[in-house]
Amino acid sequence: MKPAPFAYCAPDSLDEALALLAEHGEDAQILAGGQSLVPMLALRMASPSIIVDINRITKLQHLEETGEALLVGACVRHAELLRYALLHPRWRLIADALDEVAHPGIRNRGTPCGSLALADPAAEAPAFAIALGAEIVLASTRGERRVPAEAFFLGIYETAREPDEMIVAVSFPVPYPDWRFGFEEIARRKGDYAIAGLCAGLRVEHERIAEARFVFFGVGDYPVRALQAEDMLAGGDPTDTDLHSAVATATMDEIDVSGSVEYDAAYKRRLVGVLARRVLGQLAATGEVT
Amino acid sequence: MAPGRPTSEIGRPRPRSEARRLIAGRGRYAGDENRTDQLHACFLRSPYPHASILKIDSEAAIAHPGVAAVLLWDDLAPVCKPWRTVSKAFPGLQSPDQYPLACGRVSYQGEPVALVLARSRAVAEDAAELIDVTYAPQPAMADYRQWQNEDTPLAHPELKDNIAWSCDIVEGDVDKAFAAAALVVEDEIVFTRHTGVPLEPRSILAEFDETNGGLSVRISHQMPHQLQLHLADFLHLPMSLVRVTTGDVGGGFGIKMHVYSDEVAICAAARLMQRPIKFVADRIESMVADVHAREHVVRARMALDASGHITAFDIHDLHGLGAYSVYPRSSTMETLMALRPIGAAYHYNAYRARADVILQNKSITGQYRSVGHPIATTVTERLVDRAAHALGLDPLEFRRANYVRPQDMPMTNPAGLRLLDLSHEACLDRLVELIDYTGTKAKVASESNERKLLGLGFAAFVEMTASGAEAYGRAGVQVAAVDSVSLMLEPDGSLKASASVCEIGQGIGQGLRQIIAQGIGISPALIALSLGDTATSPHGGGAWSSRGAAIGGEAAWGAALKLRNEILNVAGALLQCAPDTLDIVCNVITDASGAQRTTLRELAETVYFRGYELPKDMQPQLSVAHSYRRGQDAAIPTNGIQASLVEVDTETGLVRCLKHWVVEDCGRIINPLMVDEQIRGGVAQGIGAALFEACRYDAEGQYLTGTLADYLLPMAGEMPDIVIAHVETPYSGSAIGAKGAGEAGTCAAGAAVLNAINDALARRGASLSETPATPQLVLHALDNTAPEPLR
Repeated sequence: MKPAPFAYCAPDSLDEALALLAEHGEDAQILAGGQSLVPMLALRMASPSIIVDINRITKLQHLEETGEALLVGACVRHAELLRYALLHPRWRLIADALDEVAHPGIRNRGTPCGSLALADPAAEAPAFAIALGAEIVLASTRGERRVPAEAFFLGIYETAREPDEMIVAVSFPVPYPDWRFGFEEIARRKGDYAIAGLCAGLRVEHERIAEARFVFFGVGDYPVRALQAEDMLAGGDPTDTDLHSAVATATMDEIDVSGSVEYDAAYKRRLVGVLARRVLGQLAATGEVT
Repeated sequence: MAPGRPTSEIGRPRPRSEARRLIAGRGRYAGDENRTDQLHACFLRSPYPHASILKIDSEAAIAHPGVAAVLLWDDLAPVCKPWRTVSKAFPGLQSPDQYPLACGRVSYQGEPVALVLARSRAVAEDAAELIDVTYAPQPAMADYRQWQNEDTPLAHPELKDNIAWSCDIVEGDVDKAFAAAALVVEDEIVFTRHTGVPLEPRSILAEFDETNGGLSVRISHQMPHQLQLHLADFLHLPMSLVRVTTGDVGGGFGIKMHVYSDEVAICAAARLMQRPIKFVADRIESMVADVHAREHVVRARMALDASGHITAFDIHDLHGLGAYSVYPRSSTMETLMALRPIGAAYHYNAYRARADVILQNKSITGQYRSVGHPIATTVTERLVDRAAHALGLDPLEFRRANYVRPQDMPMTNPAGLRLLDLSHEACLDRLVELIDYTGTKAKVASESNERKLLGLGFAAFVEMTASGAEAYGRAGVQVAAVDSVSLMLEPDGSLKASASVCEIGQGIGQGLRQIIAQGIGISPALIALSLGDTATSPHGGGAWSSRGAAIGGEAAWGAALKLRNEILNVAGALLQCAPDTLDIVCNVITDASGAQRTTLRELAETVYFRGYELPKDMQPQLSVAHSYRRGQDAAIPTNGIQASLVEVDTETGLVRCLKHWVVEDCGRIINPLMVDEQIRGGVAQGIGAALFEACRYDAEGQYLTGTLADYLLPMAGEMPDIVIAHVETPYSGSAIGAKGAGEAGTCAAGAAVLNAINDALARRGASLSETPATPQLVLHALDNTAPEPLR
């Protein structure tokens, strides 16, 4: 379990990092927290010829919220964002989700942007990015562009990022006060990757659901929105448990679930329904978000 | 001098004196050892479960910068012979020759094929990727449950079939008992293969001194003397030229008691290369190359008479091995210990067991903590619960009514186990108090609802410990059942000691120091005990079968008493009084009035430096040794009962352990802290077996659970509080009366958890007979009996 040989570089500026990516493309790997990359190097599942360590680039370490959006830089750790989200209830979904990411030690180094770049089907960050309508900010020597989270994930460990690009930040638009969010994941042990999980949000106006976001993760190649379930919820009463059951049943049919070696598709499908009902139950109890 | 003296060290909960050093990062594990001219080793291991090796081209690997050699079996053959597991205890045992590196074919995924030696492990791994092996894959025997199917491939083409061994154990008239039975309960329980996962992986540093022909091996191992014996044999060396040293060991659990191909290969390579060779197994190779265990399907029936008493057991055990029977003790020892302890806690008359033990193209299986007993206990306790349920009886009262009673013992039960000094009822009474049985039952009832079911389960157990010479001697297998302790008084009154037991993290060193301290009257802090070095400690058993206190402790006690007598004889001569009027208390020699007359230090100085003060003909022996072997009872039985409280989520199938209790009788407890923590660790492994751990293979024999992301160990977040209490019934056959304690937690924890899950499921008329109890299995169980499908 020793990595194959690689070159290592720790640029001080973003421009230097982008120049390296332009030169090496797919042969380069970005190192931020390393909590996924380093084990993959050790297992020789990844053997890049050069590692570009971005931890010295101060521009990437910022976590800041303007009136419009929360901008999370590529080197912001899970633990930092979790602390911030715990202090600001409008970001409760991020807090609930990050609390399930691995273990405290891993959260101290690992990064949400790293999780987005890796695109593990069972990871939390891609799911809450989609649920919150986030934009992923990509940079290369060719410039900067933003990709909506919903369009970013294309397959298992596959994203819309070009080989010469890197994620420099993820931007979460500030949710309107009438949104409320719920989260649940089902895992075998505390801190494990989810067998299945759900990030959900409801925008409630005059005690009726104006809009819903339902994003499942762990059940397919990448997180998936249950659009039909969202439609079913629109106009409904968030406390109506019959509606909850109906939506739960509908999601089980709607979502195209793939199984894994340990958990077959039938089992995951059941979890989809369980998650839908449980999270809707959470949301029924949640008051308005301030 | 009884061990129970008021100022006794025996029974005192002292923290381990090694703890501070280990926690401060001063542990010296085999991986911490380095030699300036060492080479690092990496094995190329078979990716196939079964294949012929057509060609190995290592040219590119040898040419890789930093590589010293790439060795194959043909390179090792001049200095090393293959070995075969043979045991008279298992007549007809089929197990082909085993080689340090594959010879002509591979029989399990992970089998070592080539050994790369380089200036670093990383370079060795780079070079290993350049070795080109041409394999001709063969069909693999990957499902022992297909053993009777004609189309099933042979694990070894040269053998007539896949049966490693079969046996029948019969006592009494089982058919008559079942014909006459008022009630018969039965079950078929599937146990999934799993393994022990020591925190410290297997590690070895071997060096050969060509100037004197001596091999030195620093290794993480449980029995250095046994390994010394086998290495000497395989490498054609006298034992006097082989030194094996263990040092700090980060957990063994039985995994580190076996003879491994890769470790033998390292020793042979050291001989060839005449440079030290270092090998530390990484976690990936450990998962596939360490011994596995506990792959069984057991069909079991239990007969009861009209008064609800158990009369007979009828068992079939289908046991799945790996490609070879482990050397030297044979993988089939697990078979015997999965069978014989069935029903051992209870009175019954007739017993029949048949085992069919099947070779597979999978990792080798072998002894793993509590060897076989967890299988036996789970089978027994499932049947017992089924019987209690069928009769409408409280599960604990059913057990109480069927227990072997003190007045029945000593006895040999129908399965051939000798039972004595057991305390089933006393343990049960203590458990009832400990768990607040009434309160907990009420909690189970009131907190169970549609979404979550609570369950309370029990497992009584008998565990055979501290195996004596019968276990292997009659089988012709060279396993030491005698242990020895040497004590030498230093000139300053402190004590230098060595023993043949082995410290593997279980704290036996601390235990022996307390015994010696009490035996002599010296402070334990003044005792320097060295273990694990074949050059300085006597030949003995090392660490297995929980023998450290029960056997090593007796040797320590005997040695301590010898030295005490000798010291008092000398003191008597120096002080001009009868030795039997003197005592040693806290390093000071006192007389009958309690007055302090001299100290161990003064006495030692006199003997070493001023011998003229002694009577002319006195020859003080301040250096003593004592060996102990048990003269009766093939093993020392222990008993106890465990309870588990679980919560089953009926929607997800997930099971959470809420609490766990153990009441255990290991005879005289040397150090309660050590014993309790051994039990807790053992319970963790039982919970792991019941809920999480599985070595999974696909139909083609590909190993699937190769990392700790796939092989699930219970971690801190999954563990419940474990409450422990003891009953102390000393073993009547020894001076101290200690019995084995190290494996008791593992023996019954899994059984208690499975019974708790079934208690929960029974509220819905469901049941589960497979471990680990994965969420899918739990839901399947619920679905198959629920009147409506669960949504």
